[in-house]
Amino acid sequence: MLEDIYTELIAEHNQAKENRRTLENPTLTERGHNPSCGDDITLEFKIEGDKIIDAAFVGQGCAISQASTDMMIELLRGKKLDDAKRLAELFLAMIKGEVTDDSELEELEDAAALKNICNMPARVKCATLAWHTFKTMTK
Amino acid sequence: MANKFLADFPILENVVYLDNSATTQKPLQVIKAVENFYKKFNANPHRGVYNLSIQATKIYEDTRRKVAKFINAKSSSEIIFTKNATESLNLVAYSFALANVQAGDEILITIAEHHSNLVIWQMVAKSKGATLKYIYLDADGNLSEKDFAEKLSSRTKIFAVTQISNVLGLINNVKKFAAKAHEVGATVIVDGAQSVPHIKVDVQDLDADFFAFSAHKMLGTMGFGVLYGKKNLLENMQPFLRGGDMIEYVEEQATTFAELPNKFEAGTQNVGGAAALSAAIDYLNSIGFAEIERIEKKLTTYAISELKKLSYIELYGCENLNNKIGIVTFNIAEVHPHDVATILDAQGVAVRAGHHCAQPLMNFLNQNATCRASFYFYNTKADVEKFLDAIKQVRKVMHIA
Repeated sequence: MLEDIYTELIAEHNQAKENRRTLENPTLTERGHNPSCGDDITLEFKIEGDKIIDAAFVGQGCAISQASTDMMIELLRGKKLDDAKRLAELFLAMIKGEVTDDSELEELEDAAALKNICNMPARVKCATLAWHTFKTMTK
Repeated sequence: MANKFLADFPILENVVYLDNSATTQKPLQVIKAVENFYKKFNANPHRGVYNLSIQATKIYEDTRRKVAKFINAKSSSEIIFTKNATESLNLVAYSFALANVQAGDEILITIAEHHSNLVIWQMVAKSKGATLKYIYLDADGNLSEKDFAEKLSSRTKIFAVTQISNVLGLINNVKKFAAKAHEVGATVIVDGAQSVPHIKVDVQDLDADFFAFSAHKMLGTMGFGVLYGKKNLLENMQPFLRGGDMIEYVEEQATTFAELPNKFEAGTQNVGGAAALSAAIDYLNSIGFAEIERIEKKLTTYAISELKKLSYIELYGCENLNNKIGIVTFNIAEVHPHDVATILDAQGVAVRAGHHCAQPLMNFLNQNATCRASFYFYNTKADVEKFLDAIKQVRKVMHIA
């Protein structure tokens, strides 16, 4: 159970530094936090036309929240905005346990590894923070 | 390694429960007291003239007398039953402070307050144009007496302080602070949520003007709390909630209110909760606070001395154990507290992680969040050992060194 959550992949994304930075003149920026536990992130996206040309974040929180944010940033960078929104919905549906078919989740790349979080109700909000924040930012 | 209490707490068979500062487990005696009330005596107290209602009233009022004796109040009419310590403190804020604090006055609290004894004072300060001031801590986590002396003044109308911090577990010398606050004419409001379950409390000796605590942190049930207030203060206050059972005469346009304590208890009260608190007090008295303190001190001393051997553990407020109850707040280097709590949970150990409803204190400590293990008399050395073993797994699970 624990091994399914705290995988090497999560550890790598939690410790990764490349996406932890601020952008010059971001098009969109949004802060997201979980008041009950203190996860706190700020997303910065640079959009040109309908494409996300760069994305980054700063913040602090538990390994799941930080790894999930890092995975999202990597997944969405270079995507069209509409595709990115669709992927965010797919991720949230996966965490709710609504999409379980692994072939459907392939599109989420590394973020698909967070699928098992749906079995840990107390940690769902950690995994979904970045994705909800992205949704709010692009509303 | 079983102890004599465990037979009374079946829930503890399957978990090492170390979140006692949040709520304690309930012994069978308390659970049976609730069952007994609903099975045999359920009726609305204070209303009926029939036997069942008289029995329900007796359970409720006997508990009030027992609570008065337990914390050494002068009279049981100084004991108001509420939903919890938070409601007790809100009652004081709304019915006392809003009527007595004026623009330009000062409210003095400590940075170690739980949100329940903090957010209300922001409200009072804001609505009355008063200033909210904080006493900060010395390096060891204890309240700075110097800061207290500097901030207390003739403008101080309210001094609100927790007797024991729910994060650091350190015992404040309320008696000493209260005496000084009274010298400048301030009213002293004490949050006893963490003290009443763990140490002997005497509200007259402390000279608290108001004193609040919750039943569920001392073996009782959730949804039942106590406010002690000095009679002359309570008598001069307006009711907090208005409605049934708190009245004397009701006319179309005006109402006179009941005597203390009923003036502050509107609507049907939680008699099952009172039955539970009564059984909880009996249980605690049968052990005695000397024994409770001895057991908790032993567990705390052992846990802290073992944690200190681990280089990656940072402890908060754990230097001086003489002045401390069984609360151990810590962090593991490079691991977020929520991950620690999840990893401990997977090994059957329940600890709290987060800001513990004390965000200003977390800021003061420069921590986003912390882990907290809190003990009660039913915990055992074996519990602490399991906790320590689980702690030692955390960095491995997180793929750190």
